[in-house]
Amino acid sequence: MSAATVFGLCAAVAVGLGLYGVITNPQPLRKVLAFNLIGSGVFTFFGVVARRGAAAGFGGDPIPQALVITGIVVAFSATALAIALLLRLFQATGSATLRADASTSAGSHPSKL
Amino acid sequence: MTFASMAFGSMTFALALEIVLAAVVLTGAVWAIAARETLPAVAGFVAYGLLLSLVWVHLGAPDVALTEAAIGSGLTGALLVGAAARLRLSEVPMAVEHPGVILRMPAAVLSVTVAAALAASVLLLPDPAPTLAPSAAENAAATSLGNPVTNVLMAFRAMDTLLEKIVLLLALIGVWSLAPDRFWGGRPGPRHYADPQGVLAFVARVLPPVGIIVGIYILWTSADHPGGAFQGGTILAAMWLLVMMAGLTDAPPVGERRLRLLLLAGPVVFLVIGLSGLAFGDAFLAYPMAYAKPLILAIEFAMILTIAVTLGLLVAGPPEREPGS
Repeated sequence: MSAATVFGLCAAVAVGLGLYGVITNPQPLRKVLAFNLIGSGVFTFFGVVARRGAAAGFGGDPIPQALVITGIVVAFSATALAIALLLRLFQATGSATLRADASTSAGSHPSKL
Repeated sequence: MTFASMAFGSMTFALALEIVLAAVVLTGAVWAIAARETLPAVAGFVAYGLLLSLVWVHLGAPDVALTEAAIGSGLTGALLVGAAARLRLSEVPMAVEHPGVILRMPAAVLSVTVAAALAASVLLLPDPAPTLAPSAAENAAATSLGNPVTNVLMAFRAMDTLLEKIVLLLALIGVWSLAPDRFWGGRPGPRHYADPQGVLAFVARVLPPVGIIVGIYILWTSADHPGGAFQGGTILAAMWLLVMMAGLTDAPPVGERRLRLLLLAGPVVFLVIGLSGLAFGDAFLAYPMAYAKPLILAIEFAMILTIAVTLGLLVAGPPEREPGS
């Protein structure tokens, strides 16, 4: 078993854990966190593909590596937007629940925004 | 002991180390998902991200390791911690929404299935692996940059990098657009205060000069060594956020003209150089060979400023104060 395989299996487990967190945790912030876990698992998987493509004196195939760098930055942008939406929801309704039947008066007072 | 058995011994030792690393990384991941409260979960996620950057080093990708540590773990962690602190009051009433076994069981089955399918595909990856490394090496001379990843980011697949700059800008526009009307043009987030004699204010005075040099160095060295505009830009953004959090400076009003110019500098320089490729080179984003390196450096220096400002403002959030207050 090579290092690439070990970390590939590690990436597979991270994706599974993240998926479980996205489905079962009711808090939107925890869903965002879990989604990031799925993302980093997918990136690591791609990193394993890059590592296996090591050739021409490089430690790995630089094309997937560059794509992962771009991917990490885009994932951060999406996370920032998701969290801004979530904080706005909390400001507007005083609650961060995603339940469809949640009335806006539930929980603490809505702020005056 | 023969040479062969020694080599074998060190190989299994390295493998054992990698298995331990993978196990510790996954412990962080389990903690991030299973922790009852959000702040400890975020701490688990940050630890996971930092350890994951060690995995990237082992995968022969130091450029990605830097990005994961700085953005994937550091800045994302800062965002999550900030949000967790603000949402703490909403956590208790939501505890009742935790799903029962009826939902958790199928979710577990689905997650295990997906993980198993991915694991199987890891074991069944084609051998020999397809790779573009030889063509990246062949064409490296075209830009006279020694770092193959910078070559891919700035030359071979420059379009991805350009579009990603625009995605960053769109995300910031999205975040800003969440501001209530009366705060439009105002400053993001609450004003931070810290004890001017305290540790935070001290660190925020001592660290930034070093951090700024390290950030610029990481960009400069990326021509031939691991590094780049993102990683350097993230360090600059972190220094800026540190100074803001220590209350030594305030976030700029989002309507400020100088700020808008900084936000546009990177993409505009990139686009102008890209379009001049149509006139003087062969195609959009084709650099004339003789000037490839100076042009790439010009783009990267414009980009590092834009990246630092954009990342900092994404963490700072939408405007929350009336303009002029």
